[in-house]
Amino acid sequence: MPPEPAPVRVVLAEDGVLLREGLAGLLGRFGFEVVGAVGDAEALKGAVAELAPDLVVTDIRMPPGFTDEGLRAAVELRRAHPGLAVIALSQYVEQSYASDLLDSSDGKRVGYLLKDRVVDVEEFVANVRHVLDGGTVVDPQVVRQLLRRRRDPLLRLSEREREVLARIAEGHSNAAIAKLLYVSEAAVGKHVGSILAKLDLPPADDTNRRVLAVLAYLRTGREQ
Amino acid sequence: MSTPQPQTPFGALTRRRFLLSRWPWRSLGFVLTSPPVSAVTAGVLALISMPWLIALTYVIDAGAEPNPPQLGLLMFLIVLGTVLVGALGPLVALPLAALERLRLRLVDFRPMASGHRTPGPGLWAWVRTRYTESATWRELAYAVLLATVAPVLFVGLLVLGFAAVTLMLIPVIVWQEGPGQVDFIWSTIDTMGQAVTIGVLGAALLVLLPYPVALLAGAHGALARALLQGRGRGELSAELGAVSRSRARLVDAFEAERRRIERDLHDGAQQRLVTLTLQLGLARLDIPAGSPAADSVADAHDQAKQLMAELRELIRGIHPQILTDRGLPAALGQLADRAAIPVEVRTHIPRRLPGHIEGTAYFVVSEALTNVAKHSGAAAAEVAAHLVADVLVVEVRDDGSGGADPDGGTGLTGLSDRVSVMDGTMVMSSPPGGPTLLRVELPCPQNPPPSA
Repeated sequence: MPPEPAPVRVVLAEDGVLLREGLAGLLGRFGFEVVGAVGDAEALKGAVAELAPDLVVTDIRMPPGFTDEGLRAAVELRRAHPGLAVIALSQYVEQSYASDLLDSSDGKRVGYLLKDRVVDVEEFVANVRHVLDGGTVVDPQVVRQLLRRRRDPLLRLSEREREVLARIAEGHSNAAIAKLLYVSEAAVGKHVGSILAKLDLPPADDTNRRVLAVLAYLRTGREQ
Repeated sequence: MSTPQPQTPFGALTRRRFLLSRWPWRSLGFVLTSPPVSAVTAGVLALISMPWLIALTYVIDAGAEPNPPQLGLLMFLIVLGTVLVGALGPLVALPLAALERLRLRLVDFRPMASGHRTPGPGLWAWVRTRYTESATWRELAYAVLLATVAPVLFVGLLVLGFAAVTLMLIPVIVWQEGPGQVDFIWSTIDTMGQAVTIGVLGAALLVLLPYPVALLAGAHGALARALLQGRGRGELSAELGAVSRSRARLVDAFEAERRRIERDLHDGAQQRLVTLTLQLGLARLDIPAGSPAADSVADAHDQAKQLMAELRELIRGIHPQILTDRGLPAALGQLADRAAIPVEVRTHIPRRLPGHIEGTAYFVVSEALTNVAKHSGAAAAEVAAHLVADVLVVEVRDDGSGGADPDGGTGLTGLSDRVSVMDGTMVMSSPPGGPTLLRVELPCPQNPPPSA
């Protein structure tokens, strides 16, 4: 566990006033300090420049265009502040959104979640903490849908390996995956090695290869 | 000369310089060429309606002396005549109509096309087309009028012309025979003065003769145009154009309305519901586990979550947000992800398409995939959407059992309706045993309508 310099400073971007207040309340309840809460992407960029927060939680669909303003702002912010943790909330599953975001800054300290996840407060907060700790969180539904796409290089993976990859994408450690799938940690390690090999990932001893594996997945979803 | 040139004798009649224009001569040409055509038509028509004519003489005879035993023969003649006229009449009317359309150019400058459709190859196809279209029978009606009414009017005109010439000759005759020798209608012409007056009257009549000639030519021309012209193609296609534009506007309006409802639900009910569920989730944390309130709050939280999922589905059904936000490829990908069987999606759409086109294409694929899941028993399906030369081609293919009937299900009819509103086409191949392929083409011009 990394030492946590308390408290985490958060900027919130969400155009719905009610939900923005609800989210602020939620984060405050768990000890985060919400230093700014804004309603559109421009204001978000301004707030980050001014307040230098540790974490941004942003809605993807915001005024004025109601398409992917929040996402583009998030990608820009990640470029400008590589260490900034970002969690993007989406109305619906769209893996290209996730890939846009995960492509930024090595895919570390980012999360892509369906907006509905916030109502499972404890899980949501656990995801936020995971991202702050340097992890990557991709909504389970995105992963599930990706797994259903029958395309290379997914085809090269066995059923079990896909399952393991799904857990990786959800941000679980090997130990956690072992527990979830009722297998030994060594077995999970073997699966991970096999996945990385099958996805042609360089055998450098960078722990971030796990994230790269997820990225490989997401990119397949974007092809064509 | 700002007034437009007249197009028919009717238009020319009211002009002051009518008599000096070419219209009297054109009209005369038309009127003088009518009798031969009329005579030949009458002859042939008389031939094929001979049984009717015979029956008619019988009826006239019977008026003088009733003769019941011939009733059967009478019926036979009437039926035979009907068959002959029905079978051979069009064969007379068709070439006549073609000729008359040519002749009509003498007195009618407006373009004119026949109302005939183009038959398929083969004699049978020709027969079926010609004998079932109204244009043929209107032409037969014209032939009958030309054979019966036209001669009467022509004779009337002829009499008028003879009268004029005769009147003009009166002074000459009187001059030769001497006054008091010539009887004119009811009295004797006594003086040369009277004779000259009559002569001048005749000359005037002759000069004014072009008016009735043009009148007859004009009336004949108008009748010919009414019976021999198909509904003007220009007119018809203009009407159709207006209709399809208004249909397209309606579809656009529906599409816009759906987007508005989706936006309203998203901004209003959905947001409130998420916030409420979030608060219930927080409340759950604050209530000590095991207390009676804990269960009911947990229950409320679960129900709220379920309601959220339902509302999300409802909104997706009204108008998928992802379609508005990310365009057709992303929306089709989502459809495929949600399908019960594996669906492969290939798209090549380099630009955003007008909203109503995207909406229609999405609807088509959505319906098609629903059908695949419901009826085909397919194990996998493929969706392809390509923009080729400003036409969006959407194909949905499955490896199921086939045998889908485009006329059978309301779903497919609905699809085809929706596609045709966009000037698109839908074809389907679904042989028994499969596979099934649904192909839809939607034209999407570069300049989208403003509503997009």
